[in-house]
Amino acid sequence: MTQTHNGKQKKERFHQILDEVKDPEIPVISIVEMGMVHQITVEDRTIWVEVMPTFLGCPALEMIRSSIRERLLQEPDMDEVFVEFIRDPLWSSERISPIGKEKLAGFGLATPAMDGLDQVECPYCQSSGTSLVNLFGSTACRSIYYCRSCKEPFEAMKPI
Amino acid sequence: MSHEMNSLAPELLTGQQRMILVDWLTQLADDEFIIGHRDSEWLGLCPTVEEDVAFSSIAQDEVGHAVFYYELIQELEGVSADDLAFQRLAHERKNSLLVERENGDWAYTIVRHYLYDLWDQIRLDAMVESRYVPLAHGAKKMKREEYYHLIHFQHWFARLTKCGGEARERMKNAMELVEQDLDDLLDMGLYETDLFSWGILTKSSEEMRSEFYSRYEELWRDMSDLSERKLIFSKQISKGRMGQHSPALASVLENMTEVIRFDPNAQW
Repeated sequence: MTQTHNGKQKKERFHQILDEVKDPEIPVISIVEMGMVHQITVEDRTIWVEVMPTFLGCPALEMIRSSIRERLLQEPDMDEVFVEFIRDPLWSSERISPIGKEKLAGFGLATPAMDGLDQVECPYCQSSGTSLVNLFGSTACRSIYYCRSCKEPFEAMKPI
Repeated sequence: MSHEMNSLAPELLTGQQRMILVDWLTQLADDEFIIGHRDSEWLGLCPTVEEDVAFSSIAQDEVGHAVFYYELIQELEGVSADDLAFQRLAHERKNSLLVERENGDWAYTIVRHYLYDLWDQIRLDAMVESRYVPLAHGAKKMKREEYYHLIHFQHWFARLTKCGGEARERMKNAMELVEQDLDDLLDMGLYETDLFSWGILTKSSEEMRSEFYSRYEELWRDMSDLSERKLIFSKQISKGRMGQHSPALASVLENMTEVIRFDPNAQW
């Protein structure tokens, strides 16, 4: 029982450590806050991390893999780290945590709801007087908007 | 009905099933890889800066989908995804002729991609409940991404056909050019009936093609004064799916394999 308890504690600790691994394209938010970490399995000094990719062709995936490895290998009780990108379950923009959404807004990135492409709130002034400029943005997962109220361009995560 | 119940497990496939699955995955992978490369050729040349951004994203998505399919082949055949992408000769490629054609003008680019995406959507729909579960998972993911491509091309298609003048004339020419390659695109190779009977696809090729043609006819109808079009699939001798390509593919391959030919161990 103590062992199970220790195992659970260990898992929680590693989960917290993963919260330090940032999304390389959006350095204010962690992969945990992005809702990308599906589950972790710890066995002795080995850990398996299952990650849900945001987009299949996301070029940041290999960077995320090596950041996870590097960070976890810094732990004295960790020798082996395996990162697997899984396709089931699917990542969805709805998996972004509330804290994650706040941080994205601070970064200038709105997080519209699934059917909310046309009603996106400006992350700077909260106005709803915004318009879609381009479905596609600086990365595969973003679109570009313009706020008619504060006259600022901003980006939004594509709802998927 | 749960497809999980009687799914085709990779390790339990017969030799014949494996061959048929790999043939299909190769068609999908090569289609996405080549159209993705053609998309990337627009970078810096698109009519607007927004389109430069859009085409880069779309190219990235399509190549990402190609990687997904190549990795499924890798799991079945043990050949690396990179080798599948870069080390095969033109006659080993199974992409349709449509995707290898040169980009041409903006109208051709839009019409080609829109019709390709309409077909791709029908293919994905036929795979989301595939008995080959890894394929079903990927199809669900890709459908969500392709949704944005479809909206984008739909907009362009409507704008360019409705605005009249030179744009409309060019769109009409583009439609006629693309139409010549539609049979080749909609051809699913030698084993298309097996794909359905083994549940790799949940729709028959006839059903998929008639769905495509009815959408195609709708498009012509929407363009009001463009004459009615009624297409019937004629399975001639399959070309792209059989590895018979136009010189355009050779030039794409030459371009995309330049690095690997120079340094086979290059990392990227």
